[in-house]
Amino acid sequence: MANLIATPPFGDTLPVTVGATTITERPIERAASVAPFAGRAKAVSAALKQAIGLGLTGPGEWAAKGEASVIWFGRDTWLVIGAEVPESLQADAAVTDQSDAWACLRIDGPQAEAALARLVPLDLRAAAFGTGRTARSLIGHMSASITRAGGQGYDLMVMRSMARTLAHEVAEALQSVAARGA
Amino acid sequence: MRVAGKGLYDQSRRIGFSFDGKPMSGIEGDTLASALLASGVRLMGRSFKYHRPRGVLTAGSEEPNALVTIGQGAQAEPNVRATVQELFAGLNAQSQNRWPSLRADLLSVNDLAAPFFSAGFYYKTFMWPRAFWERVYEPIIRRAAGLGALSGRHNEDHYEKAFAFCDVLVIGGGPSGLMAALTAARSGADVILADEDQRFGGRLLAETEEVDGQPGAEWAASMVRELEGMDNVRLMPRTTVTGAYDQGTYGALERVGLHRPREAHLPLECFWRIVARRAILCAGALERPIAFPNNDRPGIMMAGAVRAYLNRWGVAPGQRVAVFGNNDDAHRTARDLAAAGVTVAAVIDSRAEPGVSGDFPTYSGAQVVATRGRQGLTGLTVRHSGGTVDIGADCLAMSGGWNPSLHLTCHMNGRPDWSESLHTFVPRAGAIPGLVAAGACNGTFSTSACLSEAIAATKAAVSELGFKPAAIKAPRADGAAYRIEPLWAVEGKGRKWIDFQNDVHVKDVLLAAQENFRSVEHMKRYTTQGMATDQGKSSNVVALAVLADATGRGIPQTGTTTFRPPYSPVSIAAMGAGAQGKGFAPERFTTSDQASRDRAAPMIEAGLWYRPSYFPRPGEATWREACDREVTMVREAVGVCDVSTLGKIDIQGPGAAQLLDFVYTNTFSTLPVGKVRYGLMLREDGHVMDDGTTARLGEQHFVMTTTTAAAGLVMRHLDFVLQVLRPDLDVRIISVTEQWAQFGVAGPQAREVINSLIDAPVDHATMPYMACAPVQVGGVGGRLFRISFSGEHAYELAVPARYGESLYRLLVAQAEALGGGPYGMEALNVLRIEKGHITHAEIHGRTTAFDIGFDRMVSRKKDCVGQTSAARPGLIGPEREQLVGLRSVTPADKLTAGAHLFAGGEAAVRANDQGYVTSVCWSPTLGSNIGLAFLRNGRARHGERVRLVDHLRRIETVCEVCDPVFVDPEGGRLRG
Repeated sequence: MANLIATPPFGDTLPVTVGATTITERPIERAASVAPFAGRAKAVSAALKQAIGLGLTGPGEWAAKGEASVIWFGRDTWLVIGAEVPESLQADAAVTDQSDAWACLRIDGPQAEAALARLVPLDLRAAAFGTGRTARSLIGHMSASITRAGGQGYDLMVMRSMARTLAHEVAEALQSVAARGA
Repeated sequence: MRVAGKGLYDQSRRIGFSFDGKPMSGIEGDTLASALLASGVRLMGRSFKYHRPRGVLTAGSEEPNALVTIGQGAQAEPNVRATVQELFAGLNAQSQNRWPSLRADLLSVNDLAAPFFSAGFYYKTFMWPRAFWERVYEPIIRRAAGLGALSGRHNEDHYEKAFAFCDVLVIGGGPSGLMAALTAARSGADVILADEDQRFGGRLLAETEEVDGQPGAEWAASMVRELEGMDNVRLMPRTTVTGAYDQGTYGALERVGLHRPREAHLPLECFWRIVARRAILCAGALERPIAFPNNDRPGIMMAGAVRAYLNRWGVAPGQRVAVFGNNDDAHRTARDLAAAGVTVAAVIDSRAEPGVSGDFPTYSGAQVVATRGRQGLTGLTVRHSGGTVDIGADCLAMSGGWNPSLHLTCHMNGRPDWSESLHTFVPRAGAIPGLVAAGACNGTFSTSACLSEAIAATKAAVSELGFKPAAIKAPRADGAAYRIEPLWAVEGKGRKWIDFQNDVHVKDVLLAAQENFRSVEHMKRYTTQGMATDQGKSSNVVALAVLADATGRGIPQTGTTTFRPPYSPVSIAAMGAGAQGKGFAPERFTTSDQASRDRAAPMIEAGLWYRPSYFPRPGEATWREACDREVTMVREAVGVCDVSTLGKIDIQGPGAAQLLDFVYTNTFSTLPVGKVRYGLMLREDGHVMDDGTTARLGEQHFVMTTTTAAAGLVMRHLDFVLQVLRPDLDVRIISVTEQWAQFGVAGPQAREVINSLIDAPVDHATMPYMACAPVQVGGVGGRLFRISFSGEHAYELAVPARYGESLYRLLVAQAEALGGGPYGMEALNVLRIEKGHITHAEIHGRTTAFDIGFDRMVSRKKDCVGQTSAARPGLIGPEREQLVGLRSVTPADKLTAGAHLFAGGEAAVRANDQGYVTSVCWSPTLGSNIGLAFLRNGRARHGERVRLVDHLRRIETVCEVCDPVFVDPEGGRLRG
């Protein structure tokens, strides 16, 4: 019988530390997209809240409880990370395994925001993109999910196959910022 | 030379640099221009067209003359303005547009032939013979005329792009800008203050006036200190706001590493996109020259620049300085020079009653009518009310008045207004939504008025944003009125230069008017005035004043040309930052990537993906040998191929089957659970969009596969259909391309390989052709599909991507144990051509379902996207080029993709074209060259012979037309 071994998406490209800012892999053990069918969002949110303690968030918002988090992931779609989505939800929503579809890294530290300003066309100032905010946008040329993880940290997700490009581009932006010596 | 005790910088902090190979030194804070002037260098460049010796004209980014090349080799940066380039240790500057040297430029013979080079000269002269323009005239002209040259080498330098957001963007950090920034910041707004200079202060750094009882430069420094201490302020020195765009977006170019030696990771420049809710334009004003005879000799410069060099850098640009102007500012220059101990030879004021005087000879109602000195000014002739007088001088400071820097206000098609009192254009309010101009760029010239206006404008702006404006009062400052009488051009013998950078003088403008290029836009293009890299910053108003005079119109009626972004040159490298080399596009790697590379497979790009081309073995000299072996291996044993790059879309919901019926030409609602069906998708215009298989995993659950190339396109198409065409369908879609690593296992031994790895073996009964089922692979949930692209008994096995590499290595090992192994894209392609399967080489966007022989797949029992369009006249019938197979009559004769098809006896010309070849290969299975092609009425012509002609590669091959399915047309191997 086969014995399959898991390979993480970033290879040896991470971690990267530049000054006090770090880029580290955020392993995703389990993730699923939840897209409620027409008119079922409230029911799905309630069922999810009962199961994992978190309901569906508003557009551009995310929430976490313990290991579990719910991230708004686009039009009528959420990503549930770190918790099992109850089977019963499948009557009211399209639930799709996304555990291996995304590569996630966290950039955290005093130069994280400046580094992301090189790659992300969003207003990332705390007033506009504070704790609890998330967005679907671009990182360089890559379609991405960008989440304010809290404090100076951001979680960045791109399609798994682009993990190495993500790590490279974020590290390069961070090094550019650090090279200014500011 | 340096004047002891003058300037804002410590004259004892010396820095070494070189100019044209000669070692020189300057001081910290110098620009290249100030350091050269301090070293006694007046000749800094040669002019564009006539190669006239030129010195520095200005002290800012508007500089037209003093352009140099910085650095060497691939790092050489041409056309750098010496007035902008900051000095750093080891700076290497070269003069441009001269040969063999700056002092002895042989091409200055152009200047002697100047009478022939009038406006329109090229258009009139190099007309015949026509073919000579591109091959003879243009190369010669380009060599003779021009600025610096690019190195021609790949640019290895690092650049950066970035985004910034703020409530208030203040453009320009002079007195108005500093005041505006402080007002906005104290009111609580997020502020960005950008200035193109290395140091904030603007004209205050160049003047001797006081603000708030302190020297202007010290007041500016104290303002900067306060702003630096505020969390809501971002100071951006060395940053030029280059353009105003929609929605409060501004482009800006920051010099990051250009003023210091190269460092790893340090970008040279950063191109910013700044989004601001409000912008205060405080860009100041630019002094304009006067067009008098030979006003371009090195040593003749703007009066305000002379003050800047003296007061900011402690440099006297000459030992005997004359001043020529039509306004009070000229006298300010003379006063500052005299106070610093520099000899003022004369002040020449064109006004009859200047009303100001100083301790130097002053000529009123006077004009400079001649100058002397080939490589540097030695003297000038002045005509005044009492006659003419010759004056010895090595520097002439001129001032024709000031033009507000209103360029940004015109970037969205706004036009400026002519001010009869200031004799210049001033910005029109509201030209850029959210932007207001304040200070000198708004035609407000006294420092005192600038400060008040900046405060008022900023208070209004922050109020609109909902902030309570801070209580702030304008400090005391100079309030002297701006007094000017217009003077544009002076009569006299010799060329009176207007546009120094493009060598345009008064006579060129007059000639344009005379030849009926009377519109200012026509004059501009006919003479090239304002079309150089300085975009006519110094010359525009003078040029149109001369044109207005020549055409007998007023200046407002003459109008002005359009200012467009960028305000000053932006390097393409900065705008394209991050996209050099592999930065051009993300790289997508499959989970088997490392395993393929471990086997030395050459990787080829498929969209953003990298896929193995073939797997070379020892003794194989060419790709063909490897490819032939891999094809035979699949046909006779078993092969493994990563097919994860194909798009996979998860489709769920009560309307899922209806959606598929609507987007596919054939019916999917009848597909049983656990089965797979091939589907064809049309665009709305009836042509084929994509094809692929879709599996029914549950009653309301499907997984669709697309081609690698069209994965994104199909996803977008489905989203469009669901949002726009069929919002009634309750369906949710999401990409699962990246969730699953999927591998094709094909060949007679395929089932053995699969069964060696899955937990519960399958057989023909449980897994017939076109079946699908969930399987366990070592306890990991996977999916098994019995589908085939090669025509062999084949499966695709999918597992979550984290296990992809592991599964691939196991599959290959199992296959090798059975005489098989991995195969690459080349073999994949041969296998599908032998089987007559199409790819985007065939469904290239211009072919219909009818063309590819799939017309019967367009179900008439239901509607689908493209169905009606596909039935239009001309899209069906014998006149269409239809998919056929081709086989060379002599097996070794080559077929080439892209070649065209002709009937036997007809000439191979366009009118006789009967079709074209899309895919070719050597078929090791058939021992022949074969291909797929589109041939007019091809399906009715199987068995005919046609002539393949490749005009590019000069190949002609006689081919037999046949069915596109070469191997196993009955499908026995597939189902077996």
